[in-house]
Amino acid sequence: MGTLYEDIVAHGGEVFGEEHVETLRECVQCGKCTGSCPSGRNTALRTRKLFQMALVDLREEIFNAPELWFCTTCYTCYERCPKGVKTTDVIRTMRNLAAKEGHMSVPHRMIGVYVLKTGHGVPIGPDQMKLREAVGLESQPPTTQKHKDQLEQVQTIFRTTGYDAMIDFDWDTMNLKGMEKKGGK
Amino acid sequence: MAEDSKTYAYFLGCITPNRYPGIEASTKKILKGFEIETKEMVGASCCPAPGVFGSFDMHTWLPIAARNLAIAEEMDLDIVVSCNGCYGSLQEANHLLIEHPKLREKTNEILSKFGKEFKGTTTVSHIIVVLHDVVGLDRIKENIKKPMNDVNVAVHYGCHFLKPREVRGHGSSETPYILEDLMKVTGAKIPEYKDKLMCCGAGGGNRTADSVQSLEWMRQKLVSAIESGCDCMVHPCAFCHLQLDRGQAEMEKAFGVFFNFPILFATQFMGLALGLSQEEVGLDKQTTTIPEKILK
Repeated sequence: MGTLYEDIVAHGGEVFGEEHVETLRECVQCGKCTGSCPSGRNTALRTRKLFQMALVDLREEIFNAPELWFCTTCYTCYERCPKGVKTTDVIRTMRNLAAKEGHMSVPHRMIGVYVLKTGHGVPIGPDQMKLREAVGLESQPPTTQKHKDQLEQVQTIFRTTGYDAMIDFDWDTMNLKGMEKKGGK
Repeated sequence: MAEDSKTYAYFLGCITPNRYPGIEASTKKILKGFEIETKEMVGASCCPAPGVFGSFDMHTWLPIAARNLAIAEEMDLDIVVSCNGCYGSLQEANHLLIEHPKLREKTNEILSKFGKEFKGTTTVSHIIVVLHDVVGLDRIKENIKKPMNDVNVAVHYGCHFLKPREVRGHGSSETPYILEDLMKVTGAKIPEYKDKLMCCGAGGGNRTADSVQSLEWMRQKLVSAIESGCDCMVHPCAFCHLQLDRGQAEMEKAFGVFFNFPILFATQFMGLALGLSQEEVGLDKQTTTIPEKILK
């Protein structure tokens, strides 16, 4: 484990290319991100502050800050940053690192459960099948929820990347470990 | 892909087929009317949501998106989507995997476990772009059966249709024009409103983790549209639809106020203008009701 900045460059760099996330270093603390932020209008999210905290290596403070999760990834600051900091991708990278170190809420982990069980973050139920029929569609779309062999491919991806372990998924109950068995959303 | 290709692989995602099938039905019916065929992507999954799975683990997000792209590649077709989340996720994944060979190699190692491969031979388009650029405004205009002349539409883009502009390629995200053009050919008026470019508040896992905060954000946006004299909101994103439509019922529970401000996906609004009934586009079975002024 390096400094938070080094980890951001290493982890984010694997996906976006290092130059992309290294733009974090260009931040001059002008605050245009915060001024543009629709979340910051209502929440404690101060993107400028998060970036300064990242640059001075306040790893635990960032990972424990609820506002890290208040960004909706709307990209407004990304579009407007005068220094070309790839803001939203830096935030997503910091969230990835936080999640890896166990900072992930139960509702967020549950989205993974739905996808592991059905291939969909928002699965279909009987009521919605009726809605489909009412507009002249097949009661169920031909996606992973209908085709179990296809769902297994998605499950293979989760097993391979270790996402199942990251959210503490129990393959026996098909739910989070320690949670009562319950249906989809 | 052939440039004059008139068949698309329709990537459904989650909300479109599983919550608001009227979006799927209206998309299919409109395209069919303009002689564009849509094919089902058998075995497609969640895109997966870019702000959600991209926030949790990009190394899981990417292969799942790549697998969906590979399905379209096997069909030898370009993709059309009806959700900004799907658009954002699949287009970004396609872009990254084409740009970064090492990343592609690593991703294909995972896909090879079940005999799939990402080749980079498909493109990802959005239904409103297909209507605007492939069908064309003139052809749409010729086919309008119910002009929306006295309807004031609050245009809402959502986020991932326009941004980041370097990937999406629809010009400035501050002065968009595609939805405005589509609304104008129906005859609708499009008043400016303060929070037009603001996010619906749902993305990035916010709707899931902090719904009241997310609803307050949406409330501000709706108030801004209502204060500008808009009769309804039209948008291109199934996920925004969930937030803006069902969210109004949740807002009633949380704040004790029901706006009943009509929310229509772009093809639902266009469908009405092109002569489809509200039942055919599924607008009779959602939270917000569509007034006579829009239905005629």
